[in-house]
This record gives sequence, C-alpha cells and structure tokens, in this order.
Amino acid sequence: MRITFAIQRCDPETDREPYTQEFRLDVPWRGTTVLDALFDIRQEIDPALTFRYSCRSAICGSCAMVINGRHTLACKTLVGPEIERYGPTITLKPMQNLPVLKDLAVRMEPFWDKVRAVTPWVVTEGDGQGVPATQPPLTRQTRAWLHNVDACIMCGACVSTCNSMEASPGFLGPAALAKAYRFLADPRDRARSRRLQALVRPDGIWDCTRCNFCVEVCPKDVKPMEAIVRLRRAAIEEGLTDTIAASHITSFVDVVKDEGRLNEGRLPAQMLWRHPIELAKTLPLAARMFVRGKVPFPWHPPLPSIRQIRRLFAHWIKRSTWAS
Amino acid sequence: MRYAFYPGCVALGACPELYQSTMKVAQHFGLELVELREASCCGAGVVKEASPELALSINARTFGMAQQLGLSLMTICGTCQGIMCSAKKELDEKPAVREMINASIEAPEQRYRGGLEINHLLWVMLKDLGLGRVKAAVVRPLTGLQVGAFYGCYILRPSADVTFDDPFHPASMEAVIEALGATPIDYEGRIKCCGFPILLEKAEIAARMSGTQLLDAQSHGADCLVTPCPLCHMSLDIYQKRAEQAMGRSIGLPILHLPQLVGLALGYSAKELGLPRHLVPVKTVLQKIGAAD
Repeated sequence: MRITFAIQRCDPETDREPYTQEFRLDVPWRGTTVLDALFDIRQEIDPALTFRYSCRSAICGSCAMVINGRHTLACKTLVGPEIERYGPTITLKPMQNLPVLKDLAVRMEPFWDKVRAVTPWVVTEGDGQGVPATQPPLTRQTRAWLHNVDACIMCGACVSTCNSMEASPGFLGPAALAKAYRFLADPRDRARSRRLQALVRPDGIWDCTRCNFCVEVCPKDVKPMEAIVRLRRAAIEEGLTDTIAASHITSFVDVVKDEGRLNEGRLPAQMLWRHPIELAKTLPLAARMFVRGKVPFPWHPPLPSIRQIRRLFAHWIKRSTWAS
Repeated sequence: MRYAFYPGCVALGACPELYQSTMKVAQHFGLELVELREASCCGAGVVKEASPELALSINARTFGMAQQLGLSLMTICGTCQGIMCSAKKELDEKPAVREMINASIEAPEQRYRGGLEINHLLWVMLKDLGLGRVKAAVVRPLTGLQVGAFYGCYILRPSADVTFDDPFHPASMEAVIEALGATPIDYEGRIKCCGFPILLEKAEIAARMSGTQLLDAQSHGADCLVTPCPLCHMSLDIYQKRAEQAMGRSIGLPILHLPQLVGLALGYSAKELGLPRHLVPVKTVLQKIGAAD
C-alpha cells in the first residue's frame, strides 16, 4: 500500500525553523511498523533523515516520537491501523518538551538530569554498604507495586506529552517522579523524609496538573500520574502540609466532609487563610465574580444526608495510607 | 428518555448558568432529569489524593442512588464524568473492591450493584437523542460562527476508563458544533489541559497553560470556545485575565458551556442561557449569529 509520511524536519545548526517534508512510500503490508517505514525512507529516499532506535521491539525505549498527534514508540505503531483510522498521511514529529537534536531525534540530557535529580537508587544506612542482613524480604504486594514503575523503559513519551512541563520546563515531570515514587515505596530505602522534602519544592510533585496524558501514552502502562498522586499523599502523611497545594487537598476534603459538596465560595478562603498575600490576590476577581452571581454563599447548609457522607469520610480517611 | 441527573458541584455553585442552560436544552428535547439532590461531590480527583477508597465510596453511593431509581446517570461536567468512569471501572471489574467499598456505605439501598451506565450530556446527545433530532430542532443556525471545541482532560483520558471518544482525535464535540450550523476549528489545544487543578497553588503555570490553549484557538480563527466541563470554563473564562497577563497580550475569547451553544441554536436568548454571567463578554458571538439585542 502506498502511503505518505509528513515528517517534521530540522537541523538546528542550519535551519532556523522546523519544516514539514512529505515522503511517499510503498509499504509491504498493514503490519509494517512506522520504524520499518522510516528505515525504508532512509534507504530509498533520504539517507540524512535522522531518528533514534535500537531494539525494534518496544523494549529499549529509543524510538518515541509523536505519531499522528500521539506520543508513542515508532516500533510499536503499525501503519495499517494508523491510515485506517486517520487517513493516508501519517504525520511524524519529534518528542515535545525536549530540545531537537535533528529531525525526529531529541536531546535526552534534560530527561536524564531530572531522573538523576530524584536519587534513583535505594539509599541504605551506610551508603555503599548494601542492605543490612536483618532487612525483611519484600512482600509479594510490595514487589508488584515496584514492578509497575520498574517496567518504565525511559522512552520519554510521558515527558513529551506532559502539559505542565510545556508551561513550566523546569518541572521534574512524570518519568522522574514515577522513579521517585518507586524508591520511596521501597521498604528498604532509608531516605524517605529527605526525598519527600525535596519533592515538595517548586518543580516537584505539586506542579502536576493531573491532565492524565502520561497515563494515556505510556507504552508500558506505568501510570506515572498515579505515582505522583501517591507521592502527594505521602507528603501529606509526612506532615509536609504548609504548601498551598497540600492545603488544597486537605481543605477540599474538609469542605466536602462538612457540606457534602464542594463550595467554591469557601474553598479558596479555607486554602489560603494562612497565605494572606495569595488570599488578597483573589479578592478583586472574587468581587467581579460576585457581581455576576458566580460566588456561592460561603456558609452553605450541608446536604440533609450529610451524616452518611461524613461516616464515609471518617471511615476511610483513617484507614487509607499513602500506598493505598 | 429519563436520567438520574448529577449536576456536579460547579453547576450548583460558580457556574449556575450551566445548570440553567442544561435545563432549557433538556426540556426542549424532552429529556426527563431526576436530580440526585442527596449525592455528594465526586471528589474531582482531589479526594483520591487523600484517600482512593474514600473517593470510590462517595461515587459508589451516588451510583447506588441512580440504581435505586432504575435509571442511568447523566452528568454535565467533564471532570465528574471522567472521575465517575474511572470509579465505575474499578468497582465493576473488581468485585472484592466493590464489596469492601459497599460495606462502608450505611444505607443498603445506596450500595452499588455494578453495571451502571454513566453518560455526559454530550454523549446523551449523540447516543440517545441523535444528531438528526438536534439538527431538526435548530431554529437559529449558527452559520459562520467558528467554534473551537475545548474538551478538557477528564472526558477523554485515560481512555482505558473513558471510552467514548478517540483520546487524541476526538470528534463528538465537533459533530455537535456542525449539527448546530457552526464551523468547528481544529487546533492542538482542544485536547489539552486548562490548568484548573493547579490554578490556586501554581497560578503562573496554570495561567500559561490556559493562555497557550486560548491563543492557539484564536490563531486558528476561533470566535469562541465551547466546553463540556465547567472546570475548564472557570479556568478559561473567570481566569482569562490572568492568562492574558501571563501571555502579555489581550485575548478576549468568549467561552461557552456546551448546552449554551446548543441553546443559542435552539433559539433561546442569551439571558435565558445565563450568558450575561460570564466574565468574558459574549457579545461578539451573539452579533455573529444575529442574536444580539
């Protein structure tokens, strides 16, 4: 079958702007992978086309790129289903949120720097001394949790698609934070408190906007955002609650427990009362909203069935742990 | 067509115009909405950050209430829809979890039996009502109006839980926009995040996020955006000034709730649909479709 690849190209050393180049190609069958097709383009049409790859079987994580708007592995994407779903032209772009090296290859240094920044190893008492002999073995359940994040192949697809990182390039991002969770969750690790204190700083766990893109694109189903949610829970359990973000969670829970529903007339005040400057900043907007009838009365009577709802809160809040 | 109706906290709070316009549209199409007045907040992904079991239990209770009525559930909030789809999947696929969660719910009639259907108004319009009926009801075609769909996150992702649309190339909103006579525009930001979840704690990042999507839509010719999620509406409308400051330029892009756009095509006035409540004026939209007073 004959298909067209519209490929974003750029050599930062010579091109001022990226441009799109179309390549028409016969592929032998619908099971041809996008990576196979890229090899053909390079063999038959343009030897200078640059892309990164290694294993060709969704294990090494080298060939992540943006295929028809989806951040995924070229070796795991078949051309047949792509053209059946999205038409005869397949668009290819390099990963986002990472600097382009050339064409479809990006520089991975910023990615690795962030992974390194979370101390991606188990810290034992005397560093380098290994695990003490008295250490209990991992339970099956713990092993399963760790395995999920250990399945990460560091392809960068989650980073490429991260909406928070797009707006804030310094954000540690989903891959590094999933790693951070993996080592925090390891019962043999001795750096829990130190790790959490580092993670609640700017660019850490509170910058995630929960857009779910990382969960959507991960080729290994690592669910980085779920790991970030657990890290947030761990930070609150650790008592690191003086950020506005942590207070967002605790205040939200308090308001819903109290009234049964969220009350936007009350939440910001409850979140921000310990941060008077931030609270003051919301006032002009609150006034504009008030004029339009968009500020609910801050003291709302609870739902008539509030007792049932509060019972659920009382029951679960004390039973949940950060690893739930 | 009868539904257990779950308006969500925002339609009862900061976006009463969403509730108001939903009522107009539902009445117009003969959708009978039985409101679950005793249902709690869905947790919005925030309660889960404190306790995942708690988030499941408050939703299981709401699901049980719908089942008690023998009706499927209808939402009008993209966030509620996504959170509930994920909770439903967990509770449906793991009977042991469902049992554990049900055991914490006091009233036996509110326990969730599994298998509830949960649909956003958008999906109801496509699945139950059908675009043919929507099209036939249009008395004021929105001809010439260029509308950008702004889906928001939860109504699309994760697609393992929320299965209605293609998560990267959704088409449901565009289908409705077209049925109303308007022209949908394509832009990358239509599936991206509005920044709402971190709006108070990371105001700068949230403002850059919404500003980027707003300018993206505008540069592709959007006269307005329409969203199925009132949280997106808050971020894009109420906080548009902040986005303007973050991007260093004025934007002034009107943001409509889905039933407001539908209601305009059905001939309702701006006032009947609560449009004067918006912080970004919608005058340009009304002028374009000949509905300005």
